Amino acid sequence: MSDNIISAREIKKYFKGDAIKALDGVSVDISRGEVVVIIGPSGSGKSTFLRCLNLLEVPTDGQILFNGVDITDKKVNINVHRQKMGMVFQHFNLFPHKTILQNLTLAPIQLLKKSKEEAEDKAMALLQRVGLADRADAYPAQLSGGQKQRVAIVRALAMEPEVMLFDEPTSALDPEMVGEVLQVMRDLAESGMTMVVVTHEMGFAREVGSRVIFMDGGKLVEENTPDEIFENPQSPRLQSFLAKVL
Amino acid sequence: MNKITPSMLWPEVAPEWMLNAPQWLEDIFFNIFKCFIFEERYNFFLKGLGNTLLLTLFALLIGIALGVIVAFIRVTWDKNHAEMRGFGKFALGTANGISKIYLTVIRGTPVVVQILLLNFVVFAASRNKLMVGCLCFGINSGAYVAEIFRSGIQSIDVGQMEAGRSLGFSYIATMRHIILPQAFKNVLPPLCNEFIVLLKETAVVGYIGLSDLTYAANTVGGATYEYLFPLLLAAAIYLTMVIFFTHLVEKLERRLRTDER
Repeated sequence: MSDNIISAREIKKYFKGDAIKALDGVSVDISRGEVVVIIGPSGSGKSTFLRCLNLLEVPTDGQILFNGVDITDKKVNINVHRQKMGMVFQHFNLFPHKTILQNLTLAPIQLLKKSKEEAEDKAMALLQRVGLADRADAYPAQLSGGQKQRVAIVRALAMEPEVMLFDEPTSALDPEMVGEVLQVMRDLAESGMTMVVVTHEMGFAREVGSRVIFMDGGKLVEENTPDEIFENPQSPRLQSFLAKVL
Repeated sequence: MNKITPSMLWPEVAPEWMLNAPQWLEDIFFNIFKCFIFEERYNFFLKGLGNTLLLTLFALLIGIALGVIVAFIRVTWDKNHAEMRGFGKFALGTANGISKIYLTVIRGTPVVVQILLLNFVVFAASRNKLMVGCLCFGINSGAYVAEIFRSGIQSIDVGQMEAGRSLGFSYIATMRHIILPQAFKNVLPPLCNEFIVLLKETAVVGYIGLSDLTYAANTVGGATYEYLFPLLLAAAIYLTMVIFFTHLVEKLERRLRTDER
């Protein structure tokens, strides 16, 4: 078996029959410990691609191998595999009716069959790590955006995933709060977590990414190390994109 | 020997001060005696109130159970049918079709017609009118509760379902742990409204001859030729119950609202 944790092969996603081709044959291999950052203009299909990786969007065609298992196969129980793929959303999606601690312990107790004590100990340790242990008994509505997103990250980590998917995690934040969330992600990357990050934060892509993918029009346009992507872009489309955002 | 009438008995049982009161006041006391105390007529009201409460309680339970199931089927079909196939799609599609017919028919016909049909046609052989009443109001209420729950579930942001699924919860587990608890809180006010409507709607059960509160008032009115006081009492009891239950639901709402700022 190769060292690829995720292997997406020729992913296609069409909406409204095949009128809208959100993804038009994208193949990416992600190996263990890699931080893959996906950039591109709005509507380029980067979020759709990320959501295909854990089948929140079911691809119209193509295969996704997770640890060598084709999870697009209808016979595969996707719920088991999703437990190993953490996801962080643009709008946090914390559970508003549960406290921060309960947000973190719900899935480990129900799905990993952990005891309440064990799950809470682990949750408190994670909250400590992101500096929010004192907010354990608060409700999501009482937190700032940056705090919510940090909680969302550790909620996913509480399931002890093998890969973390980030869907524009800082796009809904006040500029002041972007830094604290990126710091958590930076720490996570340094700890060796495999990460796939869709973002508009070019600084983060450059500094933390081990590989950057540029997408446009549902296709993978360019793929390289951050230095090459930013210093030496090949395609005209990437050149004009970078000229606008940098 | 002649039958004893209330007016024969009145001078003997009434206290002196009532007899000495002005005529209009004495008339009021006499009517109260005639309608509620003479021959222990208050028992009609007690029994009627008991039946009204029993009807409401069981109809509510049946209604909520039916409503949740129907709402779940409708929401699940709407959200997932495009990606389903095979037997699962067929089964859920059939259930969804039946649910839609149920909603249309129940909400499109008067409850009086429904209860007459149920009593004189479907359960013509049964003498258990309380059972027929509970079933009828339960089935009727279920249709309205289903739509209340459906709107409640659909009011929850789609991100909640995605967050639950991304953690590895199944569709049903996400519904149970994440969507429904939030939806329930949102639907409490309309659900309370439905409960109040139901409580008062049971008054039509008299059409099949079950003695509820309204029927009792009507019976006493017919026996005494005095309708004002029995009907006023019935109305006062309905009103008191509605105020009491509304207060109870408000308390519950406040308790459930702890997670807001």
